[in-house]
Amino acid sequence: MKVPVSWIKEYVEIPLPIEELARRLTLAGFEVEELRYVGLPMPTAKQEAARGAHLRQETKITGLEWARDKIVVAAVLEVMPHPNADRLVLCRLDDGQQEHIVLTGAPNLFPYKGLGALERPLKVPYAREGAQIYDGHQPGQVLTTLKRAKIRGVESYSMICSEKELGISDDHEGIIILDDDAPLGMPLADYMGDAVLDIAITPNIARGASILGVAREVAALCGTELHPPSYSFLAEGAPIEGRAFIEIRNPELNPRFVLGLIEEVKVMPSPYWVQRRLRLAGMRPINNVVDATNYVMLEIGEPLHAFDYDALLKRSGGKPPRIITRTAQSGERLTTLDGVERTLDDFTVLVCDTAGPLSIAGVMGGAETEVHPASRNILLEGAAWNFINIRRTIAAQNMNSEAAYRFSRGVHPAMAARGVARCLELMRQWSGGKVAQGLVDAYPLPPEDPIVEIHTADVRRWLGIDLHADEIAGILRRLEFKVEVDGDRLRAKTPDHRLDINTGVVGMADLMEEIARIYGYERIPETRLADELPPQKVNRLLEAEEHLRDLLADLGLQEVMTYRLTSPEREARLFPGEVEINEAMYVRLANPIAIDRRVMRRNLLAGLLEVAERNARQVTRLALFEVGPVYLLSEKSELPREPLRLAILMGGLRSLPFWQGDSNGYLDFYDLKGVLEGLFASLHVGKVTYQVSEHPTFHPGKCARLLIEGKEMGWMGVLHPLVQAKWDVPGFSVLAAELDAEVLLEAIPQRYTLLPVHAYPPVREDLALIVDVHIEAERVYQVILQAGGKLLTSVQLFDVYQGEPIEAGKKSLAYRLTYQAEDRTLTDEEVAKIRRRIVQRVEQELGATLRTI
Amino acid sequence: MLERIAHLEHEALQELESAVTEEQLELWRIAHLGRNSPLMKVFESMRTLSKEDRPIVGRRANEAKSALESAFEARRQALYQAALEQSLQRERLDVTLPGRPLAYGRLHPVTRTLRRIIQIFSTMGFQVYRSREVETDEFNFQLLNFPPHHPAREMQDSYYVVTREERGDNPVLLRTHTSPGQIHAMREFAAQNPHHPPPIRIVLPGMCYRYEQVSARYEVQFTQVEGLAVGERVTFGDLKGTIADFARCLFGENVRTRFRASHFPFTEPSAEVDFECFLCGGEGCGVCKYTGWLEIMGCGMVHPVVLSNGGYDPRRYSGFAFGMGPERLAMLIYGIQDIRYFWMNDLRFLEQF
Repeated sequence: MKVPVSWIKEYVEIPLPIEELARRLTLAGFEVEELRYVGLPMPTAKQEAARGAHLRQETKITGLEWARDKIVVAAVLEVMPHPNADRLVLCRLDDGQQEHIVLTGAPNLFPYKGLGALERPLKVPYAREGAQIYDGHQPGQVLTTLKRAKIRGVESYSMICSEKELGISDDHEGIIILDDDAPLGMPLADYMGDAVLDIAITPNIARGASILGVAREVAALCGTELHPPSYSFLAEGAPIEGRAFIEIRNPELNPRFVLGLIEEVKVMPSPYWVQRRLRLAGMRPINNVVDATNYVMLEIGEPLHAFDYDALLKRSGGKPPRIITRTAQSGERLTTLDGVERTLDDFTVLVCDTAGPLSIAGVMGGAETEVHPASRNILLEGAAWNFINIRRTIAAQNMNSEAAYRFSRGVHPAMAARGVARCLELMRQWSGGKVAQGLVDAYPLPPEDPIVEIHTADVRRWLGIDLHADEIAGILRRLEFKVEVDGDRLRAKTPDHRLDINTGVVGMADLMEEIARIYGYERIPETRLADELPPQKVNRLLEAEEHLRDLLADLGLQEVMTYRLTSPEREARLFPGEVEINEAMYVRLANPIAIDRRVMRRNLLAGLLEVAERNARQVTRLALFEVGPVYLLSEKSELPREPLRLAILMGGLRSLPFWQGDSNGYLDFYDLKGVLEGLFASLHVGKVTYQVSEHPTFHPGKCARLLIEGKEMGWMGVLHPLVQAKWDVPGFSVLAAELDAEVLLEAIPQRYTLLPVHAYPPVREDLALIVDVHIEAERVYQVILQAGGKLLTSVQLFDVYQGEPIEAGKKSLAYRLTYQAEDRTLTDEEVAKIRRRIVQRVEQELGATLRTI
Repeated sequence: MLERIAHLEHEALQELESAVTEEQLELWRIAHLGRNSPLMKVFESMRTLSKEDRPIVGRRANEAKSALESAFEARRQALYQAALEQSLQRERLDVTLPGRPLAYGRLHPVTRTLRRIIQIFSTMGFQVYRSREVETDEFNFQLLNFPPHHPAREMQDSYYVVTREERGDNPVLLRTHTSPGQIHAMREFAAQNPHHPPPIRIVLPGMCYRYEQVSARYEVQFTQVEGLAVGERVTFGDLKGTIADFARCLFGENVRTRFRASHFPFTEPSAEVDFECFLCGGEGCGVCKYTGWLEIMGCGMVHPVVLSNGGYDPRRYSGFAFGMGPERLAMLIYGIQDIRYFWMNDLRFLEQF
């Protein structure tokens, strides 16, 4: 919402510098996004700095200042042909001090060429030599300084300005012709210098989408008096009664509809000051009739629509028109002013006459009954519409307009009659018509303006400040609430220009916002929570999850966080060969923004592989992990399950590049397993089993299924070569694991106890066994451990060997065994006895033989 | 005899000068202090001396012996020192060569930032509460005072999820903020004692989703941390104080905060909060775009409708809520220009933390 400061000043005095006003409005929720100067003196950097850092604002300050001694109101006395150029004219001009000859090519002066001295001199903005203005011939706003030059043999040093040159709008069709009463010689900045506040209108300040609405806020913030415009009009025509009728079919959607009539208007351009205000507010002037409707919409926030009354008469066969508002039939069609033929929904409200639809209510009119240059009689509509329904309509039709912008945020029905009255009067003044007496006013559903009861204790309870009832009443009255005070109780009646105040406890909160805003957020003291502290609890799952992250980072892995939106095709790359895409397995988006982000992920591994692809060429070693949810459809609910997963990806050189060049080879299955073992040990979880198993994603011989205390936890392995081939991760095999983090974290014991550190020396000895190659190391380990009993405290495999001199089909496994008792030093005999037992058992159960070295 | 001893001593000490290796030193020891050395012979010949001469010669011989021994020890030390010096010189390294790189892991910047935020609030008694990401319209919007077609919904365009059944005004969607957790939490707490629900102080971290074109400033997914305090004595002043404490913990003791009135459907009054720029202290710099302030979070008093929906009577209870984006905080703190870095996971980015 663009708000010219000069326009606000029509209704309220502003006792502050403009920048300070912008800051105050911003703090009060009327966020000024840009402050654009159009002529008025701009604050210098020095002045801004002097205001102090805490007063500085993020409002963007732009615009152009008009030097008071260089840009003034002048009068063109005569327009003469240029001796050497047909497309230029020479103007004899009085700047209040002396006459000048000024050169211009403005087409709107050509009609005066050669008429001799003008009977009614033309008032214009005149820029003297040295004035700084925008270059009219360059796109955008480029500053230029007027210098003396010869153009086609005629000396030129000054200029009559266009709106573009003065920064009012981007219009450069011709020079500005000011209204006749502009005082000759007056600095232009004094006559019409301005500044425009661009205010962001949040949904709770719909009432701020008008100049008056902003002025009311300014008055409340500054404590100055508001002078709203008059809503009376001079009616010299015949009464409107019987000359137009209204029929409202659904008052819920259209609580009020008002018509006024003005006859014998002369459609022509509006006065310059009106055009300038419209332009500064961001609208294009059309003609005095349409401009009046737009002017009133901007001024008080009530969108209006002007019909050509004669066109309506014609449609109803000469009879007085009957305006009907109703919802459309589903599939009904209408061509709107923007030339689009629209198919309407059954909730769209139409303004019709007996011959059919005229416009989409509150949004856009139709072409046939539009005001045109030859229109003479105008029927003026002001109405109220259900804002939710207008929202649905503009969303469904994908259309917008200044009217819809306001109606979709809520306009109070009381504004309808005010808008029509105000507009009729302005039309009368600007177009010389005669206003019919009275209005046709159908008002089937007047809203009840809420009365809210609050207590000073509510203010203390909600805001934490102690305000006297009179002080609260004062704030609310400044916003035009009608307030009765009874001791510490207040009854506030909502003014009839806003719809955002509710009743009851919600109304109480609505008032709290108003009180806090006007009192000033910055004046409310910072306090510390005095309310009872809730019992403090440990969030065990969160703690475990964060502990998991720390451990994985400690184990040398980089944490990543990937997109949780993906595509089935991306995840299908985890399987070898042709994969059938099954979208139905996924949580699918109904409105994806991109085809490759149309479902929620079902695993973490695909995301990690994408990270590997991104980085594979940058680094020699990858070690990544992610902890996060996946999304699995649930049979019981439309809401999916969101279980937490952990995935790890490793690959590349074991050591980072170093100048001694001692490479340790490539990371392999056992590096990944080492990380997992380290993780499980640090978490102190119970027994983890690595089951020999196959999974399509992994190499069939380098893959294990992980179970924790017998519970399925996930998979680890080397990527299947056919899977790896689908990813752009060249040069090394990828090791990966994906685990159910919830199963893992649940296995963390609440506490664990430490083993004693023994005082007596351990006995260590080595044992090499030859077994069949197919016998898994885990089995051998288990047999040794069991046979050893409790005095065998550690069994460490330190060598695995196949080949000469070991018989083919056999392998050698060498263990370092540690024997230890808590209460004594073990004797050689005791150790020899255990050892015999171990050898016997592995011979019996695994067919192992002792390797003699 | 005494002269001979003096001569032997003098000769030996002179010879010692020329012993420069361990071997030469050992040979010298054998020659002058060994069993067969002339000085030892003197001791042996003592028997032949007179009773009167014996103690005199004996004392003198002992003096000479200990002089030679200490000279030997000194020489040995000197040689050792010289050899050590030499080998230390020889073993000299170029200490400016790089060290052996360790492959250590790091946490993602979002994890780090989330932890920092959560840690600060935990000191004020706020505990973490988490809830699901795939939500219903009811929890994401309606119960938070966003009725269907409400204008405030425009600010939060949603991703909708395909469901088995048509769900009318309550479709399934990806949460656009962590606020549905406010309702889940309030209901959970209120259920403990429906007639006198207990006070709440929680923070709600998590991933959220908005239907936006990805750019340097917007991502389709982003994390958020919200806070919620509900009780019988929770005020807007407490909200200001809590946030000001947070700002000071995060950015430094003297950092000021500024509250600007704003609008969110689930709070009233609502505010946007600016923190004084941590880099320039409010003087104006590139980070704060020369305003001195950084826009950090939105907040407000919990709307009565939301309190009621959570099972807390707004006539008796009040509360405040706030929300901020860890990515935005991380961007400000570390000078990150593009929000897309967070999920791109380029190691050149991640390994800088």
